[in-house]
Amino acid sequence: MNSATPACITFDALSAGYERPVVGPVSFAVGADEVVALWGENGSGKTTLLNTAAGAVRIFGGRLVKRPGLRVSHQQQQALPIAGIPLSGRELFGLTGATPDHLPAPLVPLLDRRLSELSGGQLQLLQVFACLRAPADLVLLDEPTNNVDPGSVTLLVDALRNARGGRAVLFVSHDRRFVDAVADRVIEVGAP
Amino acid sequence: MNWDAVLDPLFFTPFVTGLLFAAVLPVLGMYLRLREEWLAALSFAQLAAAGSLVFAVLDWPVLAGGLVTAGTAAAFKSWLAASGNNGYALLMVAGWAVALLTLANVPAADHLGHALFDGQLYFTGAGHLWSIGVYAIVAAVALRVLSRSLLLERVFPNTLRANDRPAARVHLAFDVLIATGLALATATIGVMAAFALVFVPSMIAYRWGRSWKRALVIASVTSVASYVAAFEVALVNDQPFGPVLVLALVAAATVSWAGWRLTHR
Repeated sequence: MNSATPACITFDALSAGYERPVVGPVSFAVGADEVVALWGENGSGKTTLLNTAAGAVRIFGGRLVKRPGLRVSHQQQQALPIAGIPLSGRELFGLTGATPDHLPAPLVPLLDRRLSELSGGQLQLLQVFACLRAPADLVLLDEPTNNVDPGSVTLLVDALRNARGGRAVLFVSHDRRFVDAVADRVIEVGAP
Repeated sequence: MNWDAVLDPLFFTPFVTGLLFAAVLPVLGMYLRLREEWLAALSFAQLAAAGSLVFAVLDWPVLAGGLVTAGTAAAFKSWLAASGNNGYALLMVAGWAVALLTLANVPAADHLGHALFDGQLYFTGAGHLWSIGVYAIVAAVALRVLSRSLLLERVFPNTLRANDRPAARVHLAFDVLIATGLALATATIGVMAAFALVFVPSMIAYRWGRSWKRALVIASVTSVASYVAAFEVALVNDQPFGPVLVLALVAAATVSWAGWRLTHR
């Protein structure tokens, strides 16, 4: 992190998990306009660390310091739990407070379709863009390229490169090319 | 439609009272279905009936009995932080047991028991109309405030917590809103008719709605149309209203199901 950039979230010797710690202790901070990747083997605790930032995981040791009033949007790794729910793409954007203006052309026709009619890749793209476009200071993305075809990964790369401007992104990905294309910094995560 | 009968002063107040319930309850049903807690409708209706019977035996206000019992159950469930249908199933069987024990041991409660379980729409008065009128306004305002949080929690489960927004308050407000609506509905149209208005139109709307807003409209329109048809049929044929309404809603669900099968082969 650039020392001149104030941190929006700081992991300070943090250990976290569910029944017991599954990751940490780790220490790092994410600056206000940084794009930071969490990288590591399967089971190393990358998603747990991301979920800790969302307040969804138990902290066993160390501290998690959030900037006061920090606004967070969070795209989870699991498929959106929208089975059977009559919700449109435009309404999905409305939920996160995201603006659907100037979306990449392939996404525009999806806005007025029912989400349950979309393919897994289309749904993933809408979900990631709904989080990226949300009025958030910190965007948490968990495997944003899952189910997404190579052409659409390019849309995500462009979106993440343009995501800065007072907004931090902390993301998990197993796709090293994607990580190298968008991350300012890579944090290696290992099991405790 | 026999408008002369509906506009008859004797039936006009019951008609408008039921119409408001028919417009409001399906909207509550949409959010209960969203939270996968549709059993709450039957649970709160059953508890409201039990509470009304107990209050009647004690010679206390009957409507207050339903409201206090269902409201207390909602607060208790929120305090336990229980979600899903398990908590509601327990409350429902408890309400059923208390109601039947009261009926078995206090013969004087028998008439009220029938009214609560069968519905007494034709005997509703200005008090009932005012109650649902005020409730409809409160529910509209409350759901406008709660809707985004309820949807957000379902679709992006971590977002409220990640932003330090207290989901417990949303749950409590929603549970009390549901409990109050079902207690009022039980006192007016009966346990099963209230449950059917919550359950069936939202089921149809979930299938046909292209968006949440459209689904809310589909649920209310289906419900109101079924209600008007049921009111007419029950009045003209001198039948109890509750069962006729339930059958009208089941017919609507059957037509919806058949239409879906025909258009989505």
